[in-house]
Amino acid sequence: MVGSVLVAAFVAGGLFFAFVSAVGLYRLPDLYTRAHAASKSDTLGAVLSLTAVAVAFGVDVATLKVAMLAIFMLITSPTAAHAIARAAHEQDIEPWTRGEN
Amino acid sequence: MIQGPVSTVLVAGALGFVTISIALLGRVLVGPTMQDRVIALNVVGSNVVVVIALLAAAMDRPAFLDVALVYALLNFLMSIAISKFTVERGGVL
Repeated sequence: MVGSVLVAAFVAGGLFFAFVSAVGLYRLPDLYTRAHAASKSDTLGAVLSLTAVAVAFGVDVATLKVAMLAIFMLITSPTAAHAIARAAHEQDIEPWTRGEN
Repeated sequence: MIQGPVSTVLVAGALGFVTISIALLGRVLVGPTMQDRVIALNVVGSNVVVVIALLAAAMDRPAFLDVALVYALLNFLMSIAISKFTVERGGVL
């Protein structure tokens, strides 16, 4: 059945990008690079997983709710990361640079 | 509506997201600045939203999606409120 393969592929993709964002949050050197990793790859992972949920529900009213949830997360997750990074900038937290140049 | 293997895949995906979120709690604990903790908490919150949606599909209960929507809204408001509060020290809130 095509649907179950599609659901498994979307869930695997979402898990992969969530894992990438977790690795980025642990391994990158300072706040701004971590915000970059968290906002982009975690948004992509969440949207892929919500697409899997929408495929699993099929044609239903619930699919509309999942689509609204995906659009909401697509908008708000980078906005929150931007607000936090700007708050850090206004608190004079210096960005990390490689050596002295 | 939802078959057995698909439900298993969805529950396994939810377990993976829960594992990643628990691992991220380390960054919430050690994060050197306040903003590090808030960013890690934001990622954990969006992972929780995804877990709720995956479980809603796996257990075939569309009512859980309303919980996921409200949780996403609260997660966004938490990030915005904390970032405003750390900048203005009570000027906004």
